[in-house]
Parts: sequence; C-alpha cells; structure tokens
Amino acid sequence: MMNNEIEYISYLKHKGKFKGLFSWIFATDHKRIALLYLYAIVTFFFVGAILGLMMRLELIAPGETIMKPQTYNGIFTVHGVIMIFMVVIPGLSAVFGNFFLPILIGAKDVAFPKLNLFSWWIFIFGSILAVASQFLKHGPPDTGWTFYAPYSTATGTNVIMATTAAFVLGFSSILTGLNFIVTVHRMKASGMKFFNMPLFPWSIYATAWIQLLATPIIGITLLMLIAERMFGIGFFNPDLGGDPLLFQHLFWIYSHPAVYIMILPAMGVITEIIPTFCQRKVYGYKAIAFSSIAIAAVGFLVWGHHMYTSGMSEEARWFFSLLTFIVAVPSAIKVFNWISTMYKGSIDVKPPFLYALAFIFLFMIGGLTGLLLGSVATNIQVHDTSFIVAHFHYIIFGGMGFAFFAAIHYWLPKMYGRMYNFKRANIAWGIIFVGFNLLYFPQFIIGIQGMPRRYFDYLPQFQTGHVISTIGGFILITGLILMVYNLILGVRKGAIAPANPWNGSTLEWQIPSPPSLENFDEAPVVKKNPYDYI
Amino acid sequence: MSEHTTHIEEHRDDEASKLGMWLFIFTELLLFGGLFLVYSIYRAQYPTNFHEGSLELSVTIGAINTIVLLFSSMTIAMALTAMQKDNKKLALRMIAITLVMALIFLINKYFEWGAKIHHGLYPGSDLMALLERGHLLYFSLYFFMTGLHALHIIVGMILLIVVYFKVKNGSIHHKKYVLLENGALYWHLVDLIWIFLFPLMYLIT
Repeated sequence: MMNNEIEYISYLKHKGKFKGLFSWIFATDHKRIALLYLYAIVTFFFVGAILGLMMRLELIAPGETIMKPQTYNGIFTVHGVIMIFMVVIPGLSAVFGNFFLPILIGAKDVAFPKLNLFSWWIFIFGSILAVASQFLKHGPPDTGWTFYAPYSTATGTNVIMATTAAFVLGFSSILTGLNFIVTVHRMKASGMKFFNMPLFPWSIYATAWIQLLATPIIGITLLMLIAERMFGIGFFNPDLGGDPLLFQHLFWIYSHPAVYIMILPAMGVITEIIPTFCQRKVYGYKAIAFSSIAIAAVGFLVWGHHMYTSGMSEEARWFFSLLTFIVAVPSAIKVFNWISTMYKGSIDVKPPFLYALAFIFLFMIGGLTGLLLGSVATNIQVHDTSFIVAHFHYIIFGGMGFAFFAAIHYWLPKMYGRMYNFKRANIAWGIIFVGFNLLYFPQFIIGIQGMPRRYFDYLPQFQTGHVISTIGGFILITGLILMVYNLILGVRKGAIAPANPWNGSTLEWQIPSPPSLENFDEAPVVKKNPYDYI
Repeated sequence: MSEHTTHIEEHRDDEASKLGMWLFIFTELLLFGGLFLVYSIYRAQYPTNFHEGSLELSVTIGAINTIVLLFSSMTIAMALTAMQKDNKKLALRMIAITLVMALIFLINKYFEWGAKIHHGLYPGSDLMALLERGHLLYFSLYFFMTGLHALHIIVGMILLIVVYFKVKNGSIHHKKYVLLENGALYWHLVDLIWIFLFPLMYLIT
C-alpha cells in the first residue's frame, strides 16, 4: 500500500482521515458524496411514494375511505414537497452528476470538493426541516407544494417551516450548480473542448445554469412569504391590498425552469445510454448539445403558462403560449436524434436500454399532452384537473424517474464494481412500466371528463378510473421494490463487473470498476470525440 | 496512497475560485433582483405613498452610510493591491479600516432603525397595521431590504475577519491571495446593492 504509488485501491475501500460512518459523511470525494445523495434520495423517494399510495387508497371510492379531508390536504402537500424538492430536483444532478460529471470530463474531482460536501449537509438539514414540518404542532402544511398565496399566508399549519426547508434545499441546489459550472469550465482533461465533451456533462452544465439563475428567485419569494406570515405585511394578501398574482409569477419564474432542472439531466442520461447500446455514434451531437442550452434559455420565459386562468391579459397569454410551443422544439430534436441514433445500430436490449426506451415512450406522452396544456383554449378546459396530474407525472416520473432507473442500471457496475441479475431487472422493468401506465393514464381520461386535482372526494362516475389507477399504484410499487431488491442484491453479491461491461466509449469505461480515489491514475488526454465506435 | 490524498487537497486553481465567486455574486444579485421587482411594482401602484414614506427617512444618515461604504470599497481594493505588492502591513491596516467602516455603517443603521422602532414603526407593530396601504408596503420593504442588506454586511465582515487573520498568519501572501480577492469581490457586491438601495429608499420623489 505504501510502496507503490500507482497501486489501485477502489474509492469504496480507500482509507482517509476518518473511519467508519465518518469516512462517508465527512468525505470530500465526489463519488462518496454521490452515494450519500443516492441513499438519502432513495429513502425520501419511498417516503413520498408511500404518501402517494395513501392518496390512491383514499381515492379508491367516493367519500371518506381511510383519512379525513385535512389529512388528505397535508398528505398531497407533503408528497409534493418531498418529491419535488428532495427527490427530483436534486436527483440526477446530485447523484449521477456528482459521480460521473468529473469522470466523464477526465477530472479528479469537482472544482470545490469541500463545498460539495457542504451542499450535501445543507440538503440533509433542509430535508430534516421539511420532514419535521409534518409532525410538529399545528399539523402539516396544507397548501400544496406550490404554497399559493393568499391561502399560504393565512392557514394555521406549519407553512413557515416547510418554506424554510424549501429555501435551504434551494441553497444546496445553487451551490451544487455553481460547483458544476466551474468544474466544466476549469477541470476538463487536456484535449477536451466543449465540443468533444460527452452529452451528459452538457446537460448537467445547462442544468447548473438554471439552478444558479432561477433558484434565488424562489429563495427571495419564500423569504417574503415568511415575512408576510410573521409580520402581516401583505405583499401577496389581497385583504391587505397585496397581489396574489405577484406570488404566482415569482413562484413560477423559478418553478417552471425547475422542471428543466429535473428533465435536462434525464435527457443527458438517455443520450449516454442509447449510443452505448446501439454501438453507434450519437446522431447530431451538436444539435443535442445546443438543444440543452436552448431548453435552459427558453425555459426561463414560459412560466406564464401555469397561470392562464389566474388573470392575465389576452396578449400575455398568447405570448406565453407561443413560447411554450417553442420550448417543445428542442425537446423534440432530442427525441428525433435518439431514434436516429438507433437506426442501423446493433441494438443490444439490456435493462438500461429498456428503461431508456420506456423513457422515450412516456416522455412523448407527457410532452405531447404538454402541448395540449400549452395552448390556451384546451388549458382552460383541463386546468386544475387530474389531466395535469397525469401530464406532469408522465414527465417527471416517466421522464426523470425512468431516467434515474436507467442511469442506476447503466452505471451501477461502475459505481460498485458488481453486476445485477438481468432477468430480474427485466421483470421489474415490465412490472414498473405496466403499473406506471395503469396508474397515470386513467387520470388523463377522468381529467378531461372533469375530475379536479387535489380533491379528497369525487362523483361516482369517476370511480372506474380511480380504481384502475389505484391498482396501477400497487403494481408500480411492487415493481419498484423488486427493482431495488435486485440492485441491492447485485451490489452485495452480484458477479464482479468488468471495467467496461457495455462496451461504452466514454471515459468512465476506461477506468477500473469501481474507480480509484482519484479516478485516473494518469491525467487522461482526450484525442477523439465521444461516441466514436470503431 | 497518502501522496494521492494530499495531491487532491493541494489542488489549487485561483481562476476557478474567482469564477465561483462571480457566479455566487450573480445569485445574490438575483436574490435582491426579486425584491427590486416587487419594489418597482408596488412603487408604480402607490407612488405618492412611497414618496411620503421616503420623507420619513433621513437623507443625511443615508448619505453618510453611502460614503462610508464607498470608502470601505476603496480601502478593501487598496488592501488587495497592497497584498499583491507584498506589503503585508499596509494590507492588514486597510482590511482593518474596511472593518471599522462596516461597523460604522451598522451603528448608523442601528440608530436609524432604533428611531423607527422607538416610534412604533416596525414590521408587525400596531402602528404599522394602521398605516395606509402604500405606507405599510414602503416601510415593510424598507425593513426587509435594508435588513437583508445588513445581514450581507455582517456576512461580509465575518469573511473579512477570517481574511484578516489569514493575512496575519501568512496563509494569504503575495503569491496566494485569492481569498482576499474573493472577500473584496463580495464586499463590492454589498456596496453595489447599497448604491441601488440608497436612491430607491431615500431619494425618490
């Protein structure tokens, strides 16, 4: 261990200053921090999923089933806050961005390793606040994750604590984004330019800019909301002459770009997986790279489409509608490029590729229904119905969630140096895919028929849809448990994975599995473009 | 292996640190940007109330504070130049003057806020609730914006105190002064925000 400097020791076994648990929670190694995020986020995901299932159980029949209306309000708020701020926003960029961004650009770590660890601690602190807000006196917040004023300024529940949590989590997100931007600018291996950087780093880079530029707005908005509740200022309360629309504007100026914080890294993951499993150079490299930037840029200008029915001028509405249609273009470019990459490729259908295919399918449904929502007339018809719920679950769960599963199946052999069971992974994929569609597709239909979102009760005519949806929810959770079981079994007892199990061409596959502490024993020199097969 | 560990920790890239600081400054500007947006909307809605509100503030104290902050920006810039020229003693003195200026700013602010609070004018007070709509918003924004700014002054002071001791014990020196430079950048940001706050709060007519 002492004699040979180049001797390989995996980052999982590396002995640093601390021992045991402390060697993890005080680690500045980007790979260990990524795993810390992974464990935290998966835990929160299951907490959120259980809350979701409780909502589904409540909705299995009209009237009160298993909980009181106020409990239901609390549960959909908590489900939203946990899933949005603690799972999907940090999800891909904090876990896979942390682990693979430095490796893919040939760096030893992120630009500021200590700041990276600090971000994780802030994340945990914010998460504790968010979870605590559910259990303390006054009861869980019941505003929905959007905290719309004026109700959020007046309700007696723990809104201050939940918004403080969102503020703190936002700070963590800003610091992660800042770290990644500097990493991409300063840490690329010699020979690597922006245009031979793999596309996952491109999408993380675009995401990081959104995190950096949009999050401060929600920060100050939530601070104003807190001040308003504490001092009765009335920025947003019409009783005091304030303007609730102002809150909605400020909220969505952040929260719409936040949707792209969720989906851009997902697109990046898919862009890595498809060329690998088709053994073919990615089609339209520059188009994909620029479309990430275009989505990030145009995404800042479309927030008004959340507010068509809130009271905006006709001109503002058609303008936001136009911009919403424009932002769909770069997303569609990516889909075309993925499909074109598959054309004439030698396709190898392994679990990561299955998840990537499912991603494209579900993302298409989510994206096309998004266009329906972008046009003013149809939006007004389905506004605040379960159609919206179905749409964003197709985008966020079908998109970001499936990309997360694809990423974990793709990179797990690299992260842990072990392989999981393919057959079980495929079965889990099938169950998840079926369960997902059963869960959310009926919500499109009953939404168009008029089932409102966030309602505890409903008319008997919607029951068929709700029952199918609830059954789908249980199928989905079964598949998820099987998937996680399979992955944990793989990590513990799976076959030893080779360095390059999928014959990938990017830098992470050129180093041992799992990587050593410094990723590269010699600083890599990049001479070729990524995705060059033969 | 232990050589590996030290290697990572010794990794130093001043350009990266500066880029990081600039990006952080962007986020701070956007944070205040949200407040300026709210300010401009309500000022457009209640122009007379905002004007009357601004008459309640002392332009003299505001102007003194502006000069104090501008002066402190100058001294911190001088500290940086002194450090680059390897004049440690002068750098220390300039940082100390900057800190004293910051303290003077906060003391002024204390008396300014104190007078308002003495008159019962503070967020959540009974008097505030009786005010006209625009007045209430003006004073709420006044306390919110200057309060958030004062918080940034305090953070900046903590940063500069750390810098002061690092210069003193020699871990910041004429070949490695990026922390001082970043501290100075942050201090200029705090100054810049005040330069907008002063006319918007004190000078509007």
